Amino acid sequence: MKKKNPMSKSAAHRLEMTIIYIVLILCAIVCIFPFLWMLTTAFKSTAEAYQFPPTLIPKRWLFKNFANGLKQADFGLFTRNTVFLVLFNTVATVFSSAFVAYGFARFQAKGSKFWYTCLMATLMLPAQVTLIPQYLLYFKAHMVDTYWPLMIPSLLGGGAYNIFLFRQFFLSLPKELDEAAMIDGASSFQTFTHIMLPAVKPVSMCVGVMSLVYNWNDFYQPLIYLNSTKKFTVAIGIQFLNSSMGTTKIGQMMAVAVVMTIPVLIIFFLCQKYFVEGIKMQGIKG
Amino acid sequence: MKEKRKRKLSGIERRNTINFYLYISPWLLFFLVLTVYPMIKSLFLAFTDSGFTGDGTFVGLANFIQAFQVDALFWPAFKNTLCYVLMYVPLSLLLSFVLGWLLSRKVKFLGFWRTIFYLPYITAGVAVTILWGWIFNGSYGVLNYFLSLLGITGPNWLGDKHLALGCIVVMSLWSLGNQILIMLAGIQDIPASLYESAQIDGASTLRQVFSITLPLSTPTIYFNLVIGTITAFQLFNQPYILTDGGPVNSTLTVAMLIFRNAFEYGKMGYASCIAWCLFLVIMIVTGIIQATQKKWVFYND
Repeated sequence: MKKKNPMSKSAAHRLEMTIIYIVLILCAIVCIFPFLWMLTTAFKSTAEAYQFPPTLIPKRWLFKNFANGLKQADFGLFTRNTVFLVLFNTVATVFSSAFVAYGFARFQAKGSKFWYTCLMATLMLPAQVTLIPQYLLYFKAHMVDTYWPLMIPSLLGGGAYNIFLFRQFFLSLPKELDEAAMIDGASSFQTFTHIMLPAVKPVSMCVGVMSLVYNWNDFYQPLIYLNSTKKFTVAIGIQFLNSSMGTTKIGQMMAVAVVMTIPVLIIFFLCQKYFVEGIKMQGIKG
Repeated sequence: MKEKRKRKLSGIERRNTINFYLYISPWLLFFLVLTVYPMIKSLFLAFTDSGFTGDGTFVGLANFIQAFQVDALFWPAFKNTLCYVLMYVPLSLLLSFVLGWLLSRKVKFLGFWRTIFYLPYITAGVAVTILWGWIFNGSYGVLNYFLSLLGITGPNWLGDKHLALGCIVVMSLWSLGNQILIMLAGIQDIPASLYESAQIDGASTLRQVFSITLPLSTPTIYFNLVIGTITAFQLFNQPYILTDGGPVNSTLTVAMLIFRNAFEYGKMGYASCIAWCLFLVIMIVTGIIQATQKKWVFYND
């Protein structure tokens, strides 16, 4: 087990680690720099933003950009709309995907294998192929320009991937756990809410935080289904502003971008643990 | 006695069946009404001249003829989308493997690096896309400023029909964090004993990467390849927000063409036809990937 030549080995190792750290630092700069650029631009006057060479740090810090930018459209309303949708969809997604997954994990029936295969197949289905008839269905139900098309999917299973994650976790729990509760006279729904749901809290948190961020950033669905400005979410509100004023007031634009990115950053830093757990779960494939 | 037991068993079976369908019912409803029905319906729509309300008459192959022979944007949209997939997917796999491997080398402050790499993924929304548009700006963009420091006059990135799509690839690669961390998790699952025995045999680090890390990561690479390809074929947000398909339709993607026809021109029939063409292309490509799986994906068990 002893190394033949410890000196050169450790020197080689040190060189390797140095190279690794240099590459990591370079990549980290590439990852972080755009955010810093967004932040400094947010404080620049239009005249300063349109300077070449650009100033890396604003000469004058224009805090006004934030107030003026947010005044360009009703971002207070957009934020309220988005917060409502995000919270509703997150709670609905966690509950309904756990509910469906419990069925897939615990009850064997004729056809259960078939439906599970169907579930997994939808993971690979491109959204484009169902998009138009879905829109027509919502249109005929007078649900276009309401939040229903954005909420119904989270009520109805919350996405195949989340169901899959929950199912994996339910399967890893011992069957005695819920059987004991059932023998004690609990209904299967009581067993689900009182025993199973608390037992999969880590998955619930992961699915929850992912759903928070996904719904905050979602652009495509609101773009298709929401028409009236007063129903806009933050994501299409920003695009609305972008298409109306373009880069003419880039400082204000970036100020709005900063403000609207901050909630995601806060969620991320508060719930980092769950994001990391979530990725590890994605690694488990079967 | 025997009869009774049999009946009891079938009672449990029946209760299981009822429970199973009860619990999966929300998803089953979604699957039948919002997945299966729309798939069949859109295939049907592809052969009609349906307008905004979805009502129309059967027109045979007219939509397909329109797409293949008349519509000047159909082939460019497919070409652009394919170009994007061919640039983005291999680069994303390479980058995520390299960075995932670097992070697996017992670096200090792993949590810190993980956070940094994940940030662009988590914040990838409209706001950050607009930011990238400003970074790529030809006259005032910071990218061209850095190039000017090297004595290079930078081009008008998003305004150049040869470069715009490449810029979108770069932008997408920037938010690769999730794939990197999935790769990292995959690499960390490789048993350390394999590396130890390779070290005893005197295998160099590079040798270990190619004969241990890479082959044992192929299931993860395969996963990222399939999901990445399907997602890449549906590229929409960045070109819609930044270039609206321009310049000269060089960033017009199939998903944008479907969106325009369906929601801007109200041609639901024609848009469904394009959607099915895209679906078939994705199926063929993922089919090919799956067929080659046995040749290169290494399953330990």
